[in-house]
Amino acid sequence: MDLVQSVGAAQKKKKFAEFAAGDTIKVHSRVTEGNKERIQVFEGIVTERKLGGLSETFTVRRIAHGVGVERSFLIHSPRVEKVDVLRRGLVRRAKLYYLQERVGSKATRIKEKK
Amino acid sequence: MKHIIGRKLGMTSIFAENGEFVPVTVIAAGPCQVVERKTKDAHGYDAVVLGFEDAKLKGLTKSLRGRFEKLSVAPKTVLHEFRGDHADVKGGDLVTVSSFAAGDRVDVTGTSKGKGFAGIIKRWNGSGGGASHGSMIHRQPASNGDTNAAKTVKGSRRPGHLGVERVTTLNLEVISTDEERNLLMLRGTIPGGKRSIVFVRPAVRAKRKAQVS
Repeated sequence: MDLVQSVGAAQKKKKFAEFAAGDTIKVHSRVTEGNKERIQVFEGIVTERKLGGLSETFTVRRIAHGVGVERSFLIHSPRVEKVDVLRRGLVRRAKLYYLQERVGSKATRIKEKK
Repeated sequence: MKHIIGRKLGMTSIFAENGEFVPVTVIAAGPCQVVERKTKDAHGYDAVVLGFEDAKLKGLTKSLRGRFEKLSVAPKTVLHEFRGDHADVKGGDLVTVSSFAAGDRVDVTGTSKGKGFAGIIKRWNGSGGGASHGSMIHRQPASNGDTNAAKTVKGSRRPGHLGVERVTTLNLEVISTDEERNLLMLRGTIPGGKRSIVFVRPAVRAKRKAQVS
């Protein structure tokens, strides 16, 4: 490993919930408001995982009040406390961008992996 | 003394303590040896000469060899003078990244990447002409001033060679240091390509970062 990459290597999380695009997950992230800190939960479908070492991210999509909301998280960020996997989804691609064009009940429909 | 010579290694991002994802430049800084202390009485000004990376005696000129011999320090490839009276060091001392701490502000001087012969848009941030409607002026320099002047005014913005010049980036925050591997991590970008020599000094125009509340 070269020196530049090794700088942040210790910050990588060793254990992290395993999930992939299509899974429904709950993300617990730390939010600071003023000087108070609390845990915020974001629930939705994983639409992508973008690899990149320490800067690896995943994006979660949900429909809130009829509007699609996507939020991406840095996997190794200390602000991302934990991830609960609620349901494994059966999908045929790695990035679920096609969900962005869907409206109504089809927008969140994904077959469950048996 | 908070001065050091190093080599730029490259950039990456790391997490700060508050969870912020910070872009950092990694510098292999030091260890440097104090080659000589110049004093006002002997040299007319105060300065400290730092040496970086050992040199082979064979490759040095006779005059340089003599200089190292006289000062009785191991020969170095990179020598740089830092102005100022630094009473905390003396000849032969080692200067490492341990003199830096997270939160410090520093300036970094280096040689910028060569851009070759560049036009006015890249070299002087010109805006260029229209792209279509038969404008015929796309990336050319436009007016160069007075038509009656009978000469070109000195310093007018023309195409030419860009880059490979001495550039100083001011007021960079030290994010962390690695004393074991002699690494210095600074927030943001510094001039030059990878493996290029850079000089670090305390920020001359340090100002407190506006507090975000």
